[in-house]
Amino acid sequence: MHEMGIANSVLEAVRTEMGRHPGTYPCKVGVRIGEMAAIDQHALRFCFEAIVHETDLESLELGIEVCPRRHRCRICGRDFIVRDYDSRCPQCASLETTCISGDELELAYLEVEEYGPSPVGTKSTQ
Amino acid sequence: MDRVPLERKVLSENDRIAAELRARFQEHGVLCLNLISSPGSGKTSLLECTLETLPRHDRVAVLTGDIQTENDANRLKRFHFPVKQITTGGTCHLDARMIERHLADWRLEDLDLLLIENVGNLVCPSSYDLGEAAKVVVLSVTEGEDKPLKYPSIFFKSDLLVLSKIDLLPYVPFDIDAAAENARKVHPGMEIVKVSCLTGNGLHEWMMWLEQRRRAHKSLAQVTTS
Repeated sequence: MHEMGIANSVLEAVRTEMGRHPGTYPCKVGVRIGEMAAIDQHALRFCFEAIVHETDLESLELGIEVCPRRHRCRICGRDFIVRDYDSRCPQCASLETTCISGDELELAYLEVEEYGPSPVGTKSTQ
Repeated sequence: MDRVPLERKVLSENDRIAAELRARFQEHGVLCLNLISSPGSGKTSLLECTLETLPRHDRVAVLTGDIQTENDANRLKRFHFPVKQITTGGTCHLDARMIERHLADWRLEDLDLLLIENVGNLVCPSSYDLGEAAKVVVLSVTEGEDKPLKYPSIFFKSDLLVLSKIDLLPYVPFDIDAAAENARKVHPGMEIVKVSCLTGNGLHEWMMWLEQRRRAHKSLAQVTTS
């Protein structure tokens, strides 16, 4: 269960990034998780919600994009998604394929909103 | 609403330290291996056999991780190589900062090989780069031959699979060929050695793999520094 540590790292990154955007508050942080990254997205979401609970970032949403394992064929160059561990090229049937993605554990984006002249409808920062 | 691209690793701080460690290992020609398995698969036994086989003057050190106790370090210290225990106090994996901290009073120029025994866990250690040249996953025959399919990440990221406790094969319903096939489904071309630390069977292949890696690493280090 290392998702708590991962959630903490995501939150630290958000706080660091927010220093570069004065006058705004963060609404949503997007992460990319490869299916080979050994991260359980439900556990990550659970941990994330637990650590933002009753903090100034309580309204921060976590967006998770799960990335499949992709291979590229070294013979014909075709990129394809590997399903059920079948890494054979669907185009030329070669087994000479190389993994090009699927173990991502990346911060993708942060959505920030400017504080309006009146803070109605926005979350106050304490 | 503005969307700011971040485009960096979630564990960028860990990865930064791991990259520094890797550069230091490279600079001093130290081959660092990260041994990972479930609890009880035989990582410590494999290290005991390894240290017992290596010549006394060999430039080898071990960092061994556990949640609590110094037991593993105590087991390994009798071979008179430098050994240090990392107790994580609850954390289910080692991270690069722990390695950096525990290496602080060792001189890397005195080492050729650093063996890191991770905390027994087949999931979490696979996310944390420790600056190693390769991960080695250990799977014992008392587990299931479908483990590579159930826990693909670590088999995918490891260079070598050590199938351990093969002396128990006559007593357990473990299909060793299916285990190897499953590992190679997840990681095509994965190298596999089969060992028993009790009988010594297969240890020669493991030591050969180690020796080959050490030689390859040394010549690589010489090329990079020359």
